[in-house]
Amino acid sequence: MLAFILRRLFQSLLVMLAVALIAFTMFRFVGDPVNQLVSLDTPQAQVAEIRRSLGLDDPVLVQFFRYLYNAARLEFGVSYQFRLPVISLLGERAPATLELAFMSALFSLLVGIPMGVYTALRRDSALAKLFQAVSLIGISLPTFLIGILLIYLFSVTLGWLPSFGRGEVVKLGSWWTTGLLTASGWKALILPSITLGLFQMTLIMRLVRAEMLEVLRTDYIKFARARGLKTRAVHFGHALKNTLVPVITIAGLQLGSIIAFAIITETVFQWPGMGLLFLKAVQQIDIPIMAAYLILISFLFVSINLIVDLLYAAVDPRLRATVGAH
Amino acid sequence: MSTTNTPSASPSPQKPPSLLARILDSDILASFLRSKVTIVAAIVVLILFIGAAFAPFIAPTDPFDPATVFLADASIPPVWQDGGDPRFIIGTDDQGRDLYSAILYGLRVSLIVGGLGVLLAATIGITLGLLAGYFGGRVDAVIMRIADVQLTFPAILIALLIDGVVRGIFKSATREDTALYVLVISIGLSFWVQYARTIRGSTLIERNKDYVHAARLVGLPAPLIMLRHVLPNVIGPVLVILTINLALAVITEATLSFLGVGLPPTQPSLGTLINIGNRYLFSGDWWIVTFPGVTLAVLVLAVNLLGDWLRDALNPRLR
Repeated sequence: MLAFILRRLFQSLLVMLAVALIAFTMFRFVGDPVNQLVSLDTPQAQVAEIRRSLGLDDPVLVQFFRYLYNAARLEFGVSYQFRLPVISLLGERAPATLELAFMSALFSLLVGIPMGVYTALRRDSALAKLFQAVSLIGISLPTFLIGILLIYLFSVTLGWLPSFGRGEVVKLGSWWTTGLLTASGWKALILPSITLGLFQMTLIMRLVRAEMLEVLRTDYIKFARARGLKTRAVHFGHALKNTLVPVITIAGLQLGSIIAFAIITETVFQWPGMGLLFLKAVQQIDIPIMAAYLILISFLFVSINLIVDLLYAAVDPRLRATVGAH
Repeated sequence: MSTTNTPSASPSPQKPPSLLARILDSDILASFLRSKVTIVAAIVVLILFIGAAFAPFIAPTDPFDPATVFLADASIPPVWQDGGDPRFIIGTDDQGRDLYSAILYGLRVSLIVGGLGVLLAATIGITLGLLAGYFGGRVDAVIMRIADVQLTFPAILIALLIDGVVRGIFKSATREDTALYVLVISIGLSFWVQYARTIRGSTLIERNKDYVHAARLVGLPAPLIMLRHVLPNVIGPVLVILTINLALAVITEATLSFLGVGLPPTQPSLGTLINIGNRYLFSGDWWIVTFPGVTLAVLVLAVNLLGDWLRDALNPRLR
């Protein structure tokens, strides 16, 4: 077991190193850090001086290790557009994105699981067929179209909910801001959360349905019925419980992509999060922000994958032997 | 995708006839005619493709010819609404361009970018998959490791990053000229993994078969064996991935254009049109965003349905 953990840990480190190399290459070679700091009429001597003070004359390998060291201390340089340290820009916007991601994950689970169970248990009812059709549309419609549709319906036509921003936010501690303590904050969260969570919701619904149908066919369910247990107990006590293991895994793995897809939702709703910052960085070719976002998001993805793998190995002893094989 | 999808898995001992003959002869045509949804989807896709291909002939006006576009015609609603103009069936956009014509041209751009992007992705993926499967060992390990890592990230994120980097590299060229190529490269580099994995899996099986050994004994060079002998036997499942990926690529292109890092308003795709329309949503000009949006949704849904059907029809286990 220890060998397995160490091997997975080593693999994750290798991936992070590769990502850092890509980020460094972008940082160092795509955008010239000096060009952004000087104007056209800065004397050459001064440019050379800045170049030396930033360590850009050192061997590339030395620069790479310096970049790694700085990244480990969360220092990603200065944004070209804002002239502020990247990490403070990202930190300022992280609470907005995390709150949005959390709410949409919650939405997708709380709506997706019951819908999945219902469509599995009442497969031929009209409502189940409607859910199925809706899920197909949910998978086909691009996120931004769903957002526009919701805005048109609930903001423009009905005027119930705001179409942009976070509403009123409350400061908690030194840097965390939350919209969960004000009515306008909650109102502002509804549309973006649904937009972001809809795709995951349809995914979870389809997954629960498929797993549930599979489980209901197994022998132990038949046996539970034969023992005379109530249908309710069989469905929710036995079947659903066994369905949820893969669902929770997938939901965990999807958490990363929720944060990535937040880029689109945040743009549609002008939500002041990390995704909107990243998009502006791509538009303005603000390389330090792009590189930092890449590293942070990769860290998140790699950590989630690592945790899921380790949990799997802890739960299922068969995996410990085979995972190392490929 | 499992390797049982390869055509060679069919039990018939004689060499199969050409692909077209097999399609006409097999259950696939029958299964197509049996599924009404698929027929409708195919007709819709066909109509949209024809509309895109012949846009310059079908469109009533050339929306990008400044001589025929007048600002005075801006934001005219569809014919059936008050203030509609029979010249513009579904209205005009903010610059007075006929929306129907703009959508036809936009569809054309969307499909060109999506199609080229998918083709690039397939080319990269098939090449790397063949190399990995045929040579194995370290080549295989490196290629597949990269594929694994890339697969953990959503394609849209990778496309956004590549888009930013490529635009950073080609800073000197103007946006308008390079936008289309940047998008094709972004999509190509974001979607190659699935092809590589599928091709590698089948190639691993094929390379140990007698005909490959024979070709090697005759002294054929490795590239020739891969291209002329292995490739035809492993290419089958790629067709399904191509179809499903076309929908994904069109969505990716539309998303990037909507986010403002794709095609510029002077050369709009469906995503760009939606982006433009979104700005006028609050002033009540609902048609500018609705019609491109519906076109995009219908296109993606129809291609998806077609892809789903194709996957089931070509899967021997489901027959």
